Amino acid sequence: MIDHSKIEKNSLLMVVLILIVVSIGGLVEIVPLFFLESTIEKVKGVRPYTPLELTGRNIYIREGCYNCHSQMIRPFRDEQERYGNYSLAAESMYDHPFQWGSKRTGPDLARVGGKYSDEWQVSHLKDPRSVVPESIMPGYAFLAETELNTDSIKNHLKANVMIGVPYSDDMITQAETDMIAQLDADSDGVDGLQERYPGATARNYDGAEKRSEMDALIAYLQVLGTMVDFSSFKAEGENLR
Amino acid sequence: MNSLIFLPILLTAFFGLFAAIMGEDPGMSVHGAFFLIAAVLAGYSVMRRNSSASGVPVPEINAEGKVNYNDDIVRAGVIASTFWGVIGFTAGLAIALQLAFPVLNFDLPWTNFGRLRPVHTSAVIFAFGGNVLIATSFHVVQRTCRARLAGLWSPWFIFWGYQLFILLAASGYVLGITQSKEYAEPEWYTDIWLTLVWVTYLVVFLATLKKRKEKHIYVANWFYLAFIVTIAMLHVMNNLAVPVSFTGTKSYPMFAGVQDALIQWWYGHNAVGFFLTAGFLGIMYYFIPKQINRPVYSYRLSIVHFWSLIFLYIWAGPHHLYYTALPEWAQTLGMTFSVMLWMPSWGGMINGLMTLSGAWDKLRTDPIIRMLVVSVAFYGMSTFEGPLMAIKPVNALSHYTDWTIGHVHSGALGWVGFVSFGAIYFLAPVVWKRERLYSLKLVSLHFWVATIGIVLYITSMWVSGILQGLMWRAYDKLGFLEYSFAETVAAMKPFYIIRAMGGGLFVLGALIMAYNVWRTARGDLRDESSPEPATPVNTSVKA
Repeated sequence: MIDHSKIEKNSLLMVVLILIVVSIGGLVEIVPLFFLESTIEKVKGVRPYTPLELTGRNIYIREGCYNCHSQMIRPFRDEQERYGNYSLAAESMYDHPFQWGSKRTGPDLARVGGKYSDEWQVSHLKDPRSVVPESIMPGYAFLAETELNTDSIKNHLKANVMIGVPYSDDMITQAETDMIAQLDADSDGVDGLQERYPGATARNYDGAEKRSEMDALIAYLQVLGTMVDFSSFKAEGENLR
Repeated sequence: MNSLIFLPILLTAFFGLFAAIMGEDPGMSVHGAFFLIAAVLAGYSVMRRNSSASGVPVPEINAEGKVNYNDDIVRAGVIASTFWGVIGFTAGLAIALQLAFPVLNFDLPWTNFGRLRPVHTSAVIFAFGGNVLIATSFHVVQRTCRARLAGLWSPWFIFWGYQLFILLAASGYVLGITQSKEYAEPEWYTDIWLTLVWVTYLVVFLATLKKRKEKHIYVANWFYLAFIVTIAMLHVMNNLAVPVSFTGTKSYPMFAGVQDALIQWWYGHNAVGFFLTAGFLGIMYYFIPKQINRPVYSYRLSIVHFWSLIFLYIWAGPHHLYYTALPEWAQTLGMTFSVMLWMPSWGGMINGLMTLSGAWDKLRTDPIIRMLVVSVAFYGMSTFEGPLMAIKPVNALSHYTDWTIGHVHSGALGWVGFVSFGAIYFLAPVVWKRERLYSLKLVSLHFWVATIGIVLYITSMWVSGILQGLMWRAYDKLGFLEYSFAETVAAMKPFYIIRAMGGGLFVLGALIMAYNVWRTARGDLRDESSPEPATPVNTSVKA
């Protein structure tokens, strides 16, 4: 047996050995995820969030929605019947940070987009028990009162570019315009928005005059899980799942 | 030398002032003000100390020829641990009640469950647990090295810098400042601050080891060292992020989607493995032998326990991501190592429990030993339940349910909580130089109140978790899902009420401890020699 007393008598040797021993597991498990091509499926339709959706996502994070809602449907019969097709890695490839969650105090939201009307989302967010009597969710009426901040969105897109989200220069210069255009179906900017973000829909999400955080959050909820068309979905290439 | 200390303080003050004025969002301005106030307070206390005797480095050996241990820092840690324990457990009770009675969310931004849940988790893990670890590690490293803690100001920077980190984190969550990575929610500037504090912690710990008069480094210190080093690595990697602006709070984490998920749970599971396990095993390896007055059961088992535990733990992260979009091979690795982890965990448990052999009667007579030993028993239970839940088909049922919450709390309340209480009860008379604790009967009362609380907590979560998991997958005769999601939420209500009752008892126990520690600090000794006095007799012996 190795003479352990050598390690016990040398604190620096011990630190170095500890570092080596605790590094191995992480290196073996994490590093390949960046290099194995099969980690993320190649699917059509996944695009970066529009400025409005990204803002809504940041509100979702700020309010801690992930504490009670997962965004990761597992490939089980009951989950797929309840929530829809199991989640693909590609669907969260632009999610900094990921929002897969760890607890379902409330239902999974990976494919909540389009499941309920905007009106339902507004009523539910303002007073959850008015539409789901059994719900234990807090009310978020204050979101409708909070004005939407459109000033700094450019910087948000720039920060995302630095970590690999493919926002183009055009998307960055037009960020504020796109954000406002997405709140009004009749706006002149809608064509540009949809050109830059295929499939994005523009409308007054919360139905109220004010551009509020409620608009942004609902825009985010309504796009969740809708980017990949599963009627024609075929994962290309090898899939190690 | 002593004036150099003002440089970092001035720098902190400058950054604080800059952030307070230039802050793009209210959160940044508030936190800038925090930094500024902290720097002003630090500058004031350094000046006051410099002009008094305590500003001079203390000689290693005192007049009586004994080592001049730095007990002041440990005393501060005992106070902080007790204080944050009460706060953190109470926050847990509050959010438990919110789940049972949603009206308690008050529908305000800063009182909703989503913002308060991280306040609870950070307050118990980092504020309570972290202060216990800092205090006990400083006590243990000094006694087992027979050397005074290294550094004049740096231990105090670690202590107060860590308290500032806690305040930044908790106030941030309430204000909506979070990066949403569980147990790593604080934003980029708070992360940088913690990194500075943590590196200083490592340096002070190593410098104290360097000064040791003992040839061998005692096993408790191996665990503390692994805890400090590994947490530094995990914290830095998991918090890599790009701030939107240097005058704003928001940042975007470097990694996305599947990679971000695994790095987060590599961090998250090892926050459990190294913060809540390795560090607290350091407590077990020192305080149990000390309180029983017998050596650790097996030296060889300690070695095997240590290296196998730290090697295997780091692999277990993927068990938080079964059946997700994480590649299957990573899930399989995670499962394999999670199941293997059962062995070193129980090796450590056996080493702790068997230290009692030949002194089992002390379980009856010494409530502090009872607390420490039951903590190890809870450790054994949680580390059996963990590998069980890390088996994929079991996890298919348990994941996303309250079973996970119950599992965490059997470890957190039973193991981390009780071993910390035992250490606090051991340390209180030492750091205040009292003959003994104010009252051992109150320790016993704390033990029973808290144990009943834990039992209510974990059993209610077992039932609710398994029940909800089964309801989600139940089909009726016609092949349709039997329950809507809302129906499964409604079924949880009685268990959420029972859980809150259990949490309430645990808070009550912590209050009993706080009272006992406070009376001990004052120098009171409760007369407990006569069997069951009708009324508490306050002898008020000032030591």
